[in-house]
Amino acid sequence: MSKIQTAPDQTIEGAQEIEATGEIGQLSYRQLIWRRFRKNRMGVIAGALLLLFYILAIGADFFAPYHYNEINMRLRHVPPQRLHFSLSDGFYVHGLKSVRNPESLELEFTKDMTQRHPIEFFFKDADGKRHLFSSAGPMFLLGTDRMGRDLLSRIMYGARVSMTLGLVGVFLSIVLGSILGTISGYWGGWVDNLIQRIIEVLSAFPDIPLWMALGAALPPGWSSIQIYFGITIILSIIRWGGLARQVRGKVLAYRESDFVMAARAAGAGHWHIITKHLLPGCYSHIIVIATLAIPGMILGETALSFLGLGIRPPMTSWGVLLEEAQRVTVLLHYPWLIFPAVPVLVVVIAFNFLGDALRDAADPYSD
Amino acid sequence: MRERYGLNDPLWKRYFIWISGFVRGNFGESFEYKREVDELIWDRIAFTLIISVGSLIFTYVVAIPLGIYSATHQYKWSDHFLTFLSFVGMSIPAFLLALSLMVFAFDIFGVPLFGLFSAYYEGAPWTWGKLGDLFKHLWIPVIVVGINGTASLMRIMRGNLLDVLGQPFVQTARAKGLKEIVVVGKHAVRIAINPLISILGMSLPGILSGSAIVSIVLGLPTVGPILLRSLLNEDIYLAGTLIMMLSLLLVIGNLLADIALAWVDPRIRYE
Repeated sequence: MSKIQTAPDQTIEGAQEIEATGEIGQLSYRQLIWRRFRKNRMGVIAGALLLLFYILAIGADFFAPYHYNEINMRLRHVPPQRLHFSLSDGFYVHGLKSVRNPESLELEFTKDMTQRHPIEFFFKDADGKRHLFSSAGPMFLLGTDRMGRDLLSRIMYGARVSMTLGLVGVFLSIVLGSILGTISGYWGGWVDNLIQRIIEVLSAFPDIPLWMALGAALPPGWSSIQIYFGITIILSIIRWGGLARQVRGKVLAYRESDFVMAARAAGAGHWHIITKHLLPGCYSHIIVIATLAIPGMILGETALSFLGLGIRPPMTSWGVLLEEAQRVTVLLHYPWLIFPAVPVLVVVIAFNFLGDALRDAADPYSD
Repeated sequence: MRERYGLNDPLWKRYFIWISGFVRGNFGESFEYKREVDELIWDRIAFTLIISVGSLIFTYVVAIPLGIYSATHQYKWSDHFLTFLSFVGMSIPAFLLALSLMVFAFDIFGVPLFGLFSAYYEGAPWTWGKLGDLFKHLWIPVIVVGINGTASLMRIMRGNLLDVLGQPFVQTARAKGLKEIVVVGKHAVRIAINPLISILGMSLPGILSGSAIVSIVLGLPTVGPILLRSLLNEDIYLAGTLIMMLSLLLVIGNLLADIALAWVDPRIRYE
């Protein structure tokens, strides 16, 4: 019985095949998935990369060289500094020399070859906090923004918001989507009809314009944390529908299957059937859809913040950082401001590859 | 002032007045522009439509041949290359693509690629010259908006065609000694292309959303920028009408896609 619960897709045919091969027969459904997943090199690389990004984001206090709101009004728009290495100093960057541009009257920075600011590992800053690496002199490996804040540190802190927002948003859609999808598929009838029509109405809205409208409706007085959750809820409100449909489809398919019939005949209640027999069969499916939904959420947040309708400063996210790069003239003068786009791309591509690999792996009995 | 816009009434009453006017074609008055909403939106909706339809055509014209190529060259290096490209295409946010294209174009041509018309034709009456000018500017937004859809559509086409190519009737066709190009072109692609038409309806929200945000970056006279402005200024009647119109476009588009599907595939019948 327990075997059927964990692997409802397992047909008689599949079972025989596994017994025949002997070795594989010893593995559980989960082990089979893991084994399949490991074979997909792109998927594993993407997974490892994402893990690394999450570690960097969570430990941003330690990994980032500066605090994300450390303002240096005298060091605005400093271009990225090159990292050098010498045996005597270790890693170091050159000092900065500022020259006022006679035409634009802006300060422009060039490197001062006479100065060397060595980079110290496990650097202790003025507040006594440790950083993985930092320097006593100005060290901006990716340059600074219009308020002289270190872009590299801001990207690391921004990852916290951008990367967790996708996770939380998808989690909300999973909860909502699974509950409503299961109800819809299990009971059918007018409940099913009602839920399906609601999903259809929701999917009739173009998502970004609707997100923009809802984002603009968030009260201006809200704190950063409230805005964060507000945006998360806005993003998941539209996206739960697709998930609910998929879960409904699966539940519909299993509802009439033999093992559910047997459970019902044995006197099992609705709750027992749903939680013990139906949902476990959907788990792998749900995880795959969730993984593929995260990049959409991250892009949604980035787009909203880019337009100034999402996360608001002082909180920072990749979209907030890109907002500064919105105008072509700014971008032509300070091209490094586009750099926050790189982590957005890498993370979204990685999630897509990971989701693809999981989708292939989630069905270990195919081919 | 508040009296004139009816802002003293409770919310439900205001909504009811607005929505009953909406059905009769009276969309209310914009707070910011001090003009009737419907004077402001129609040409913007027209440009939105032009860009969306253009992107849709671009998407299908590019994605289908690439998908077929990818499927018939499965696991060759060109297939891997296209797969990677489509992943990047799916992942890149449209506004970022628009931004980088703009910087790129500025670097090469030295002129900002802003708007849909050159300064000479801006505000001029419609002539053939203006139409030509429009097409000269149109290709950038069309490609930028279409790229996300193209990438995912290509993947779907590839998957479909691979499924179909594994079926017995394709084997039969090959066994008959038909040329590969006939087998693929005449037998397999015909079947594999059907689901793509039903996807047409699903790809519309993405294209409309994409065109909104790309227009904001590129400064195009479509619904996007005016929607953003109206939202930031809390110009509710204008914003409400715009979102309603976009949703209506979507519903109409879905309907057309369904009709197209029934027309192409005689097996599908609606009671």
